[in-house]
Amino acid sequence: MTETGTYVYAIAHGAGGPDPSGLEGVAGAPVRTIEHAGLVAYVSAVPLDRFGEEPLRRSLEDLDWVEATARAHHRVVEAVSEAVATAPVRLVTVYTGEEQVSALLERRHDDFAEVLSHVAGRREWGVKAYAGRPAGTPSSGGREQEGESPGTAYLKRRQASLHDRDTAWRHAVTEAERVDAALSAVAVASRRHRPQDPELSGREEWMVLNGAYLVDDDLADEFVATLDTLRGRGLDLELTGPWAPYSFTDIDLGTAEAPDDV
Amino acid sequence: MTNPVRPASTVPQGYGSRSLAGRETTSLGDILERVLDRGVVIVGDIRVNLLDIELLTIKLRLLIASVDTARELGIDWWEHDPWLTSKDRDLVEENRRLRRRLTALEEDGLVEAREDLRGVTRGGATGERSRVPREGRD
Repeated sequence: MTETGTYVYAIAHGAGGPDPSGLEGVAGAPVRTIEHAGLVAYVSAVPLDRFGEEPLRRSLEDLDWVEATARAHHRVVEAVSEAVATAPVRLVTVYTGEEQVSALLERRHDDFAEVLSHVAGRREWGVKAYAGRPAGTPSSGGREQEGESPGTAYLKRRQASLHDRDTAWRHAVTEAERVDAALSAVAVASRRHRPQDPELSGREEWMVLNGAYLVDDDLADEFVATLDTLRGRGLDLELTGPWAPYSFTDIDLGTAEAPDDV
Repeated sequence: MTNPVRPASTVPQGYGSRSLAGRETTSLGDILERVLDRGVVIVGDIRVNLLDIELLTIKLRLLIASVDTARELGIDWWEHDPWLTSKDRDLVEENRRLRRRLTALEEDGLVEAREDLRGVTRGGATGERSRVPREGRD
């Protein structure tokens, strides 16, 4: 028989969370809960021949495996966070048994309680801003002057083209700062992720803002309305969410047991 | 179960890439950005060596964030400059890919080098010394 470990998805307040029995976790395993000291951990059993130290080392190199695991993790976190204040735990957090999870809830109780009260009644929204890349043809300064050599004309056109791009970039960045400031004013907290590569975003335009905003549920309408007032000034604004408060529940579970070889 | 917080119900579809009905369509990039952003760390009694996790995060960083700073974007403009021929553009693109891979490999190399330092340094240096003069004589 294969040994099993305990995979942790999220920590939530003890009351009001969803019934885990309908949830399917990573590797298709049923989700259950471990309660301790007013906190509840959403977990599932995982086979250690897949989620043990050695197999994980290989699995984490496989992006298809990472995707399937990330989506399953995300599904559980979403289901919990839609019902109750939730602190998502990092992907692939595995304990050897339920006792170790109970011990975690005991040991870090105050940290979890603080984070959960920070995100209670709030959700995360994502906003990406895209700026179109200007066309290659320069908009000005490209005309050939009389007596000017073709080479000089070429260099002038090229210079004008680069200048246009530079101007467009500066404008887009300034606009993005304005968007971020306006949205942050409505949000309780904000954070900026790195802009995504076009390969990942699937869009050719420059991503000039990739923000996450923790917003009171009461202010969600205002947040969206604010975003709408910022549209039409050269940036294409994309809203995602609401998300579980992934970007605002950073608890370093590893600190207490940092490996001694690092 | 109770479901008191659903601000999404006030948001018409089409605002975002993620609709409530189609959760599976949520962009993988957006998910990974959130579940992995702070790095994968295994806690408890089961822990993947942090050095190996560096390898994963390097790969994912290439996917998620190869566009990082304005300077990089500036370089990007040149690479996609329509004044350049498409052949040049391919070369520039290939150059960029190779530079990325080199960076990743160098990081891997550092990791391995660090691991190997203890045992191998002395023996390796000795072997090197004995080989070089022999080649010089030939």
